[in-house]
Amino acid sequence: MAKRLKGRNIILHDMCLRDGMHAKREQISVEEMVRVAKGLDDAGIPYLQCTHGAGLGGNSLQHGFALASNEEYISAVADAVKNARVSVLLLPGLGTMNELRSAYREGARSVHVATHCTEADTSPQHIACARELGMDTTGFLMMAHLNDAKGLVKQARLMESYGAQTVYVTDSAGFMLPEDVTERIEALRDALDPKTEIGFHGHHNMGMGIANSIAAVEAGASRIDASVAGMGAGAGNTPLEVFVAVVERMGANTGTDLFKLMDLAEDVVTPLMEKPVRIDRDSLTLGYAGVYSTFLLHAKRAAERFGVPARDVLVELGRKKMIGGQEDMIIDTAMTMAKERGLLKESAL
Amino acid sequence: MAKIKCALIGSGNIGTDLIYKIQRSELLEPVWMVGIDPESEGLKRAAAMGLKTTHLGVDGLLPHVLEDEIQIAFDATSAYVHAENSRKLNELGVLMIDLTPAAIGPLCVPPVNLKEHAERAEKNVNMISCAGQATIPIVNAVSQIQPVEYAEIIASLSSKSVGPGTRANLDEFTYTTSNAIEKVGGAKKGKALCIINPAEPPMIMRNTIYCLTADKPNEAAITESVLKMIKEVQKYVPGYRLVNGPVFDEVPQGHRVAVYMEVAGLGDYLPTYAGNLDIMTAAGTRTAEMFAEKMLAGEYNLKAMEA
Repeated sequence: MAKRLKGRNIILHDMCLRDGMHAKREQISVEEMVRVAKGLDDAGIPYLQCTHGAGLGGNSLQHGFALASNEEYISAVADAVKNARVSVLLLPGLGTMNELRSAYREGARSVHVATHCTEADTSPQHIACARELGMDTTGFLMMAHLNDAKGLVKQARLMESYGAQTVYVTDSAGFMLPEDVTERIEALRDALDPKTEIGFHGHHNMGMGIANSIAAVEAGASRIDASVAGMGAGAGNTPLEVFVAVVERMGANTGTDLFKLMDLAEDVVTPLMEKPVRIDRDSLTLGYAGVYSTFLLHAKRAAERFGVPARDVLVELGRKKMIGGQEDMIIDTAMTMAKERGLLKESAL
Repeated sequence: MAKIKCALIGSGNIGTDLIYKIQRSELLEPVWMVGIDPESEGLKRAAAMGLKTTHLGVDGLLPHVLEDEIQIAFDATSAYVHAENSRKLNELGVLMIDLTPAAIGPLCVPPVNLKEHAERAEKNVNMISCAGQATIPIVNAVSQIQPVEYAEIIASLSSKSVGPGTRANLDEFTYTTSNAIEKVGGAKKGKALCIINPAEPPMIMRNTIYCLTADKPNEAAITESVLKMIKEVQKYVPGYRLVNGPVFDEVPQGHRVAVYMEVAGLGDYLPTYAGNLDIMTAAGTRTAEMFAEKMLAGEYNLKAMEA
């Protein structure tokens, strides 16, 4: 196994200022973002994502309001970094091309255009717009465990045809096991243009973030999303400094400084966390049941309010096949369950 | 009783479902179906249901408009071609019901403002979007009671019910719906979110409406207004149903009213999960009927007005 990674170049994309926003209920200040971004830049991280956790257009009652606008975050971070490229997340249906252009004006130069793993055809105008702006453009297939390798290939080819330069397999629920990752990435590598890069975005809900990312690189991925100190939704993303340590031992190159990343994780990012981002029974349930990681804190709040355990709500959301963006259905589901259990009165109708 | 003759432009999900809705109407009769692909399922079905069809786009219809006495056209193509379609048909005295996000005419949500539009004898009215039709009545019901600073709606649609036109142009859907939440819903600021869910069996259309009221909400009055509005919508979409709420919460942004709706369709062209299709086609049909009444009473004549 070690041999297969020897000499491989891995392009790292840090997520703690975007996915990590979920873990902080979107409450990271501009100053804190700048401090983390400077640390990432100094440690040689080539790409760092910074927006509201739900990306462009994310500020909403549905997804919460951040302390600052996306433009304010992007502009401050882009000014602060020397070499790193600033990236953003855009989910069609939530974010728009107007917001992408505005992010570009503030200094964003890379974008993950994200759709559910079966709905790539909602992204053509956004991918084309990103390419027109000259941005490094990724098509990001979320909840990828809900589509098989053949289906993902079809979706990835669509994104490639719209102009995506990289296509990601995104394990939003932290559900996948290494063999699931291998099968999907290999299929994409075989099917896509050799010039199209392949990426993997993991969540650590089953403790598989690192193993899955290694499997992805072995199968042909060249880009890996990870997060310093693992700060991200659910049990967090693939912990970046740990991944760097492991792949260095395996002989791969990331172009980053491991000790600087360790210090950044320990001294700057971990103290930002309100609660440790770790695998507990609820985040483990996300991974086990295949539920979107961002649902975690919403489910905990709904549980508290309506007296239905968060785990029961999460399992029910998994059963109803709710996907990213349907956070409103968490309260709705909790209320319906509370009514069934006699904890809440029927509504007026 | 005489009926107003109609043409349907666009042979996708919306256009095809419209055939059923219009055939059921006591005031309207579907005569022409216009498409661009001779092999399309919609055109074949229209022909089987007794409509005249053309696959040459609107230009294939124009020579027959006067002869076949077409007075109302429904456009379910795309925002990009709508303006041209509308201009050509208006010239021939045809009223245009726009089901694309083009929104060149006034925005119409039947229980909120249809009467006004019919009285002004507009020549083009826009039906916004399925999400708009499903949520703006609720925003309006709240803003009738007290000022709404901000309204946000989340529409969840089943993947099978969303056609290629909507998919390729999601931003137009977002912009048009957000704007209509303000203009028709009465919110100071509006935001629309849309999710396409591929679950099997397909999920029924769901809509969540959040309003932030400027002052502390009058809970009893808002609840009554929302329930009354739901009954109005149920007159043309019987499957429009309250699931949870209204729920009143104090959130960091202010006083939040949340309403959780579900829309089941009649199961005409697509099965009942596709309430998004029905709420659009039913609203379009209801709008056309209101104008048809005026036409039959001799109170609406586009060419006379232009003169």
